Amino acid sequence: MPHQHRQNWVRASSPPWRGLFWYITMSTQPATAANPAGAIGHVLEFEKPLAKMEQEIQRLETLQAESGRDYSEVITTIREQLQNALRQSYANLTAVETVAVARHPRRPLVRDYIRLIAEDFCELHGDKLYGDDHAVVCGFARLAGHRVMLIGHQKGREWREKIEVNFGCAHPDGYRKALEKMKLAAKFNVPVVCLVDTPGAYPGVEAEERGIARAIAINLMEMSRLATPVVAVVVGEGGSGGALGLAVADQVAVLEHAYYSVISPEGCAGILWKSGEYAAQAAEALRLTAADLKRLDLIDAIIPEPLGAAHRNPEETAQNLATWIGKTLRDLRRLKPESLLRRRYDRWRKIGSFFVEGGKSEPGRTDTKPAKRARRPTKAAAVQPEA
Amino acid sequence: MPESISQPRRNVDVPEGLWIRCTQCSAMIYRRILEEELHVCPECGCHYRVDVRTRINQLNDPGTFEEFLPNLESSDPLEFSDRITYRERLAKVKAETGETEAMVVGKGFIKGRPLIMGVMNPFFIMGSMGAVVGEKVSAAAERAASESLPLLMVTCSGGARMMEGMVSLTQMAKTSAAVGRFDQAGGLYIVVMTDPTTAGVAASFAFLGDVILAEPGALIGFAGPRVIANTIKTTLPEGFQKAEFMLEHGFVDRIVHRRDLRSEIARIIDYCNK
Repeated sequence: MPHQHRQNWVRASSPPWRGLFWYITMSTQPATAANPAGAIGHVLEFEKPLAKMEQEIQRLETLQAESGRDYSEVITTIREQLQNALRQSYANLTAVETVAVARHPRRPLVRDYIRLIAEDFCELHGDKLYGDDHAVVCGFARLAGHRVMLIGHQKGREWREKIEVNFGCAHPDGYRKALEKMKLAAKFNVPVVCLVDTPGAYPGVEAEERGIARAIAINLMEMSRLATPVVAVVVGEGGSGGALGLAVADQVAVLEHAYYSVISPEGCAGILWKSGEYAAQAAEALRLTAADLKRLDLIDAIIPEPLGAAHRNPEETAQNLATWIGKTLRDLRRLKPESLLRRRYDRWRKIGSFFVEGGKSEPGRTDTKPAKRARRPTKAAAVQPEA
Repeated sequence: MPESISQPRRNVDVPEGLWIRCTQCSAMIYRRILEEELHVCPECGCHYRVDVRTRINQLNDPGTFEEFLPNLESSDPLEFSDRITYRERLAKVKAETGETEAMVVGKGFIKGRPLIMGVMNPFFIMGSMGAVVGEKVSAAAERAASESLPLLMVTCSGGARMMEGMVSLTQMAKTSAAVGRFDQAGGLYIVVMTDPTTAGVAASFAFLGDVILAEPGALIGFAGPRVIANTIKTTLPEGFQKAEFMLEHGFVDRIVHRRDLRSEIARIIDYCNK
């Protein structure tokens, strides 16, 4: 298998139980042969041949500038090869490679998107209950022709920032802050745009003491009935409840190489395979890529990334993001408030497929299947007890 | 997320035999006494986990419970497979427990007061929430709204069922939305948190109760204690994430002994009766 060797570094370096530490160490340690995703290298294992070509182009360009000789033909050839190789690599990413791309140290973060596509960003801090969680960024902005309330997880780029924002792992205060700003937006009929990028809500003593479960639960409930259009985009990591806590929206999109999962592949492997070494298999089994989620009808759109993923061209990625948000908000703003809320409720209410066993069905129900069980498609008209 | 997915075949979480040694205080208890005490150790008050049918019988007036949607089963939307396939795992658990899923919903009566209730089964893949549990919770909330009855959820779960991937995570939003509608319709929603109520279930319909009761000693929280201990690299404080800890920090309204649950629920229903 060509990607057998690609998975080795994941096996070699992931502790058995959880993604968070794996993520922290992987994204901050210097690059070594065993750990090619380090902060200095920024080269994922499957990207190594691509990086070599990129280096070669750079070397030739420098040489050309210094010596005055013409290497343009060679450069063009390598460029073409690089394009083809990129296209091929990124068209055939395995699930665990997608996770690595979504965690790429150079992948644009929420504050990058704010800088690139939000005009006149007016940041609003604090949950007005306890504190200001830096892992969640909120503020008014003008985006793709709309006034919006922009909310997102910030993961942090440099060490200092990473610590300040707690690696994008929000405490309860972060979720309460987000809800506070959403309610402000709803009061003045300003649509809400959520950009999701978190390994998960913070698993710590203080988070539990301040009721992280309650904070997320309240967000889920309130977002489901927030009287203004809400769109959510997973731009990097969509880590479990911590991601969903900002993603109950009218329309949910995922960037092409982002992932969205109920549990980190490392965590899942630790529990079900009893060893984090099986992260690659777990990633595959969890169906966490944008394409899989679309196939399962769990998300509404996939936003394309430029060739070679967002970290190669943040500007174009941001533009694609802005285009989708602009178009989606335009459509949502046409809806009457009641119909907006009814549609949102139905969107979430319909999710989930299950068998209806024949024979002993609910009296009065008309949709009972015969003894042979029928598979209900996801989002099919769900069994309504009051039907 | 379920911490342990393989549970031995037991209806209640106590050792086998006529005489039982309490796993907490080591007292020897006669089995019949334990059953009379609703599976609570008479010596130390340890509340054992009980299966869904036992719980329903303990809570309801005899013979009044009427189950609805009994015939929903997981469709394995991801065609998930780890060391064994999810279908095999489901078949095994169904055979062991005699249940089709981790939750039973229905209409019952507590001290003559009608209500819609949902009870989770800790012995069905750790009471984890997949599409079926999500559907049952949402359907129960909708039915409670349409019949103007109080809604009771007895939670007991390790969280979202990871074998259903993002389908299970989205059930958190689905159940919360349904409970939100019920809330807007002015319904009374009571939650009884039992051991354990964690992760995806805690962070959705469980913590949305108008009144949240908890059984003594129940583990309640978002992240599992082992995960937190591993993250912060220190030992956790005594009693961390227990029901008493949650009461102390203001996230639980009352801690109620199992034998008082019926009367406490009836009392709250009476106070909230419009």
